[in-house]
Amino acid sequence: MVACVLASLLLAAALPARATQVQELTLANGLKVLILEVHKAPVVTVQVWYRVGSRNELMGRAGLSHMLEHMMFKGTAKHPKGTFSRTVRKNGGNDNAFTGQDYTAYFENLAADRVQLALELEADRMQGLLLDDAEFQLEREVVKEERRLRIEDNPQAFLVESLYAHAFLQHPYHWPIIGWFHDLNGMTLDDLRSHYDTYYSPNNATLVIAGDVDGEALLPIIKRYFEPIPGGPEPVRTEATEPEQRGERRFIIKRDAQLPFVMMGFRAPNYEHEDAYALAVLESILSDGKSSRLHKSLVYEQKLALAAGSGYTVLQADPDLFYFYVVLTPGASVARVEEAVLEEIRALQDAPPTERELARAKNQVEASYIFGQDSVFRQAMLVGQAETVGAGWRHVYEFVDRVRKVTAEDVRRVAARYLVRDGRTVGVLIPDPPSRSTASQPDGTADAT
Amino acid sequence: MPPRASLPRKHERRGTGRVAALSCLILALVVTSTALAQSPSGALNPVRLVAPNGITLLVLEQHALPIVQVHALIKTGSAQDPHEKAGLANLVALMLDEGTRSRSAQQIAEEIDFVGGSLSTQVTEDYSTVSVKVLAKDTDLGFALLADVLRNPTFRDEELSRLRSQVLGEIRGEREDPELVAMKAFHRLVFDGHPYRWPVNGTMESVARITRQDLQGFYETEYLPNQTILAIVGDITLDQVTAKVASHFGAWERRAHGTRAYPAPKPVQTPTVQLIDQDLTQSTIVLGHGGVSRTHPDYYAISVMNYILGAGGFSSRLMDAIRDRQGLAYGVGSTFEANLMPGAFLVSLQTRNQAANQAIEAVRNEIRGIREEPVSEQELEETKAYLIGSFPLRLDTVSDLARVLTLVEFYGLGLEYFTQYPAWIEAVTREDVLRVARAHLDPDRYVLVLVGKLDEARIALEGTHRLVDRHD
Repeated sequence: MVACVLASLLLAAALPARATQVQELTLANGLKVLILEVHKAPVVTVQVWYRVGSRNELMGRAGLSHMLEHMMFKGTAKHPKGTFSRTVRKNGGNDNAFTGQDYTAYFENLAADRVQLALELEADRMQGLLLDDAEFQLEREVVKEERRLRIEDNPQAFLVESLYAHAFLQHPYHWPIIGWFHDLNGMTLDDLRSHYDTYYSPNNATLVIAGDVDGEALLPIIKRYFEPIPGGPEPVRTEATEPEQRGERRFIIKRDAQLPFVMMGFRAPNYEHEDAYALAVLESILSDGKSSRLHKSLVYEQKLALAAGSGYTVLQADPDLFYFYVVLTPGASVARVEEAVLEEIRALQDAPPTERELARAKNQVEASYIFGQDSVFRQAMLVGQAETVGAGWRHVYEFVDRVRKVTAEDVRRVAARYLVRDGRTVGVLIPDPPSRSTASQPDGTADAT
Repeated sequence: MPPRASLPRKHERRGTGRVAALSCLILALVVTSTALAQSPSGALNPVRLVAPNGITLLVLEQHALPIVQVHALIKTGSAQDPHEKAGLANLVALMLDEGTRSRSAQQIAEEIDFVGGSLSTQVTEDYSTVSVKVLAKDTDLGFALLADVLRNPTFRDEELSRLRSQVLGEIRGEREDPELVAMKAFHRLVFDGHPYRWPVNGTMESVARITRQDLQGFYETEYLPNQTILAIVGDITLDQVTAKVASHFGAWERRAHGTRAYPAPKPVQTPTVQLIDQDLTQSTIVLGHGGVSRTHPDYYAISVMNYILGAGGFSSRLMDAIRDRQGLAYGVGSTFEANLMPGAFLVSLQTRNQAANQAIEAVRNEIRGIREEPVSEQELEETKAYLIGSFPLRLDTVSDLARVLTLVEFYGLGLEYFTQYPAWIEAVTREDVLRVARAHLDPDRYVLVLVGKLDEARIALEGTHRLVDRHD
């Protein structure tokens, strides 16, 4: 039976009321189905979200979820290796997948009349994966190349990875989604098989379909493909929690780089805590647009930074970080930059933001929500992520209203409560060898110094 | 996982940017074979008008959401940078919203941020864009800000000196990105003596030379209504558009604009190799040569051929050979940078240093292969099905629509592009694919740039070649 829910989102008074209709259904085998009918263009996105990510991995096998994501394209009995993406493409579609700390998701974007193809392919690989060892050996090399590309040869990403390793000592957010080299080297086909058997079952997944479809007409097709898949035992819940941090942690990375880079991470709650909404507003005041506090102070006025901002994700399965990042202007001092960030934090702890700043942040959150609706892919992403991390898909439609209730004093209060010295982890990237070296400058210039 | 904190990279050459999302499966390179999304649509019905002062208007009503995008394209880019002043067009565009006759930089930022909108600029070799996106209730503010920054920028000295330092810092930061380092060196060699040789944002030396007078002069010559295309897409009617354009842009006066001609770049005669030593775990490899313009008659046959060679993701031969069969790279792809003037053809990949020779050989093999034998009927049909079938996906958002509309106008493709594209692709035969592969690919006369740890990569150079040490 379809539980048809009208999630209505009444936005600012000046805007027309917009309602997104989400059809929600849980099949007998536990698969959650969410259908968003959006009829503005003849396209559809089909996404399958599995509740498994690096958060569910064990020490020594970091990167297993992501490795399995790669293997999901290596064939089933029905659709052998090499045919999956090819089939989608020859039907005019694109497909891909992504792995996070809390989820692994697969998607196909297609013309709306091809929706059935995506359903058939996703149902087939939910339990029919072959997992061939020779393919795994090759793909391991591909993933190692991906790690070199994204982390090893990218100084800023390298620092982000270390920031998480220092900020989380017990919780699995400690390790990177892509895994460490030695964990990738140690992985076996049995590890993959066991991960797949444990987590790839309909009761651990959410199917999201968004686009120019008729939900009622689609239901029998969804059932035809997905209902025969047997449900499995509930995967054991990950119960790890990170204990309270008792004192600042700092680390330095010295490596070949051009510009110093500083990150500061503070432990912060997730969607489960009421303070999450005030933190989202705080994040916007600090870094949304050129008039935001960090840009205005560090980039525009003090000229200490080429880029400065903050980041915070409400939709995490477990409490994560509220972080700051600064790419330093050549010649700026790291100590001065850290002090400038702390000054901005102190200012928000001492006095609430102005009413205009608060209104601006709320307008930005609302506008970005509406802009996001322009893409069916993005709409499906939000719903899938909210459902998978445990917040529930309705969270997406309640978010703007909850943000609108945040007061200026709430913002001051959460800044004072969470952005505290003893709970922070600071990472500094120091270019080494020093950047005044006149060694090979590939853009054809040598530094004056 | 937090997104990678990074510098704004508005000036990147198209198709060379990294995908930002961590741990995404497919392709580090999103290799678009063309400046335009391959995307006709019978359902779209844009209106084209020319205002008395010469602004070309393209209007597409989309009322599903309360969003309005106004996207201006000015027909000037880094190819118009004067000698020794590479980066001027980019700096002009960056300065537009840093102060006008009636608004300071901070006021502009505050006004657009307050309504949650965006105001952004981008510069390529051929054109510059300034784009505003707002909720429909803020349409008037959007038009007012866009018109103000386009018509009344003041190029204040203090803002220039700040922004120049930013750009210089950014150029320096780009040395951390092996792909950008490789692409800059590659373009410099392929476009020797041609305006496409410099990066859009210039070099440390050239940007240091740019003065306020340069900015003012470039702006006055290049930013003219008769050089401007304006696409308006979203929750607005044609009548509202014409009224707003008249009130905000009507008094902008047209002026004569001279025509420009540039000599074609010298074709690569002998294999030219530049090896750049950096302490990296991977070698970034770019291999290619001169290519075609967007208006070349072979363009659509080339699109089909290049999809099969390396632009078709996991359906492409390069991906199959280098990633799936040999595990050498996470991503590999080929691109024709089809610009106003002939751009480059290039293949780009990253592999562990020790595998560099093997990867280069595999790339050259695939280039040779597609020139020797006709592609299979199956490859041809699957490619056409993708290029034709994926059109609505490329026009999903108001931003996509506005961008594509301006480019269709800019390259003179005509609005029939939206209805005729499928027929143009459908007409391509296996013989066409073979013919354009032979005409536009060359496995022997190429530029090769490698950025990586050279004592591990140990590049074996065969036959006659020119080794470029470093630029002076």
